[in-house]
Amino acid sequence: MRRYAATLGAAGALLGLTYLLPAFQNYQLATVAAYLCATAGLTVLTGQCGQLSLGHGALMATGAYTVALMQSAVGSLPLSLAAGVAVTTAAGAVIGLAAARLRGPYLAGVTLAVAVVVPGITTMFDDVLGGDQGRTFYLAPPPFGYDFPFERWQAWIALTAALLTMLLLGNLTASRYGRAFRAVRDDEVAARLCGIHVARTQILAFVVSAAAAGLGGGVLAVLALSVSPGAFSLTLSLFLVMAIVVGGLGSLAGAVWGAILLVALPDLTARVTEVFALPPALAQRLEGNLPLAVFGITLIVVMILAPGGIQGLVRRARSLLPPVPSVNRGR
Amino acid sequence: MRTHVLPLAMLLALVGCSSDPGGGGGGAPGVTDTEIVVGTHMPLTGPASAGYSQIAPATKAYFDFVNAAGGVHGRKITLKVKDDGYNPANTQQVVRELVLQDRVFAILNGLGTPTHTGVLDFLNSQRVPDLFVASGSRSWDQPGKYPGTFGFNPDYTVEGKILGWYVQRNLPGKKVCFLGQDDDFGRDSLAGVTRVLGDAGVAVKQTYTTSVTNVGPQVDAFKSGACEVVVLATVPGFTALTIGTAARQGFRPQWIVSNVGGDYGTLSKSLGDAAPLLEGMLGANYLPAAAAASDPWVRLFQRINTQFNAGAPFDGNTIYGMSVGYLFVQVLQAAGRDLTRESLIEAVEKGGYTGPGLGPLRFSADDHSGYGGLRMTRVTGTVQDYFGPTYETDSEAGPVTEYPVAPPAPPANGVPAA
Repeated sequence: MRRYAATLGAAGALLGLTYLLPAFQNYQLATVAAYLCATAGLTVLTGQCGQLSLGHGALMATGAYTVALMQSAVGSLPLSLAAGVAVTTAAGAVIGLAAARLRGPYLAGVTLAVAVVVPGITTMFDDVLGGDQGRTFYLAPPPFGYDFPFERWQAWIALTAALLTMLLLGNLTASRYGRAFRAVRDDEVAARLCGIHVARTQILAFVVSAAAAGLGGGVLAVLALSVSPGAFSLTLSLFLVMAIVVGGLGSLAGAVWGAILLVALPDLTARVTEVFALPPALAQRLEGNLPLAVFGITLIVVMILAPGGIQGLVRRARSLLPPVPSVNRGR
Repeated sequence: MRTHVLPLAMLLALVGCSSDPGGGGGGAPGVTDTEIVVGTHMPLTGPASAGYSQIAPATKAYFDFVNAAGGVHGRKITLKVKDDGYNPANTQQVVRELVLQDRVFAILNGLGTPTHTGVLDFLNSQRVPDLFVASGSRSWDQPGKYPGTFGFNPDYTVEGKILGWYVQRNLPGKKVCFLGQDDDFGRDSLAGVTRVLGDAGVAVKQTYTTSVTNVGPQVDAFKSGACEVVVLATVPGFTALTIGTAARQGFRPQWIVSNVGGDYGTLSKSLGDAAPLLEGMLGANYLPAAAAASDPWVRLFQRINTQFNAGAPFDGNTIYGMSVGYLFVQVLQAAGRDLTRESLIEAVEKGGYTGPGLGPLRFSADDHSGYGGLRMTRVTGTVQDYFGPTYETDSEAGPVTEYPVAPPAPPANGVPAA
C-alpha cells in the first residue's frame, strides 16, 4: 500500500515540478525519466538476479524503432508505446532463452553482440529504418491546445512511463519472484534446492528487464521525435551498466541516481569546459570525449570510495542520523 | 519505497536550482541592444570532423572582425558552437539546448544532412530562423513546410547535374560509377548525376555509412566493374578513405568529388604522405579557391584569419565559414535596427545578395535553396584551382547553362554596408 502512496506522492511532486521548470530542464527531466525505465530494468536483471547485460542499449533501440514505425503507420501514442514494449519483450524472451544457458562473461559476450548488431540492422534495412540518418515521426500536440509547452507534455509522458515502471518493478522485487531473483543471484545451487526453477527465473528477469528497456527507448524516441542508430550505440549500453553501478547496484533507488547521472554528467562536463578558457583545438578534442572520460573516472572513484554506489552512501549517511521511529521500519 | 523518494527529492533540488538565462531586453530571444546570440551544431569530433571542425571557428573569426569594427547596428554577434559528433541523436540534444536553454536568436549554418534533418520540425515548431544550413540537401528548400529554413550550399542535385554534364561532354565513352553517403546527401547527388547521364549511364552505384569506416567492399565493386570515372558524394574523411583504399588495391580511376568532400587542404592533411594521390582530382565549387592568392575575397579572409583566428590553417573550410558569416551580416544589415525573427526572415526572402560566391544566390519567398551554380576544379601539382566557366541549373529537368556574372569585389572595410 505504501508503495502506491509513495508513487502518487512522487507523481504529485513531479507534476508540480514540471510547472516550475523552464522548457529545457523539463526536457532533461523527461530524458532522466526515459533512462530511468532502462536503468531500473537493468537493476532488476543485474543487481537483483545477477545477470550482466551489455545489450540494453540495443533493446532500447528495439523499443524506439517500433514506436517510430508505429507512429508513422497508426499515430496513436499509447498504442505505439505498447507495441514498443511488446516487441522488445519478445526480443527479450529470445535473448533471455539463450541467456539462461550462459554464465558471466559468456552472457556478457552474447548481449554485447546484440548491442553491436542492432545498429547495423538499421543500415541493412535502410529503406524502412532510414540508415544512419534514422527516421523522424509526428507526435500529436498536447490535448490542451497548441500553446501548452510541448516539453512539459513530453515530460508528463516520460514521467508516467517511469513511475509506472518503478511501481511495477518495485512490486515485482518485493514479491516472491523478487526473492527468487535474489536467491538465484546469491547461490544457484541453494536456490535450486529450495525448489526455485533457476532458468525460468533468469528468463523472467531478462524479459521484464527488456520490457522496461523497450519502454525507455520508446519514450526516448518520443522526446527526440526521431530515431537514429547513433542514439543507441554500444556506448549507451556501457553507460547504462556504469550508471547502475555508480548509482548503487541492487536497489531501484540506485537506478534513479544512475538515470540522473546519465543526463547530468555530460552536461556538467560541457559546462566545465566552457568555464575554463581552453585553447580552441584542445577544447574541440575534449568536447566529444570528456564526458566518457569523466564517467569512467567517476566509476573508478565511486567503486574505491563507496562500493555501494551513491545509494550506498545515502544509506550510510542516513544510518548516522538518529532513527525516525515510525518511518524507519522498512521491509 | 521511502528509499525511492529521497533521490527524487534530490532531483527536484538539483534541477530546481538550475539557472534560467531568460530572454534579455530586446523583443526577440537572443537579441539585446548590444548583442545578438546565434547558435550552431557542428561535428567537432567524430567521423565527419576532418575539415568541418574548422568552419565554425572561421565564422566566429569573421564575427569578431565585424564586432571589432562596431558590430551590426551597434550589436555584437556571439556564436555558440555545440559539438554533435555528426550523430543525429546528439544534434537533437544540443539544438534543444541552444534554443530552449541558451535562447539563441537563430540557428546559423547547422552542419550535416542526416543531423540537421532531424531538427527541422523542432526548429519550425519553435519558430527559430534556421539560416544557411551547411548541406546541399533539397530538404531545406520547402518554404511552405519550413518557412524559417534556408540553404546555403548549391543543392546536391544541382551539383550532381553539373558534374554529370561535365562527364558527358569531356569524358565521353568512359564507364561512370558512383559512391554516395547513405542518406539524402548521397541520394540527391545521385539523382542529379542520373538526371543527365540516365540511370543506365551510372554503371556501379555504391553507398557507405559514416558509422562503418571501411570502404573496401565498395572499392572492390568499382574495380571489378572496370569503372573509369567515379563520382564521390562523400564527406572529407570518406573521400580520403576511398582514394587511399583504392590506391592500396591498385585502382586509380578519375575521381570527381562533391564540393563538400573535395577540399584539397583537408584531404591532403588526411592522406599525409599519400597526398599525391589527389593529383588530377576533379571537383566543383562555388566559393573562392584557397589557392587564389590574388582574389580580393581570399586576401580579406586571410587577413581576418591571421588577426582573429590565431592564424589557423587557411583552406576551403575557412573560406566557407567566413562566407557564411559575411552573408549573415549582410542579412542582419538588411533586417535593420528593429531586429525580430520575422524581420530577419523577411530580409533573407528579399534576396538580391551577392558575396564571394561564384553562382547566383537564390533567395525569395518561394525559393530557399541558396547558391545555384558551381564551377569545375582540378588539382594540378598540389594546387586546386578553377577552370572553365561557372554553370548554373535547377534541381529539376532544366538545362545546364553558363552563368557569366563574376562576383563583386568585397567592400573596402570588409563589412557589408547597411
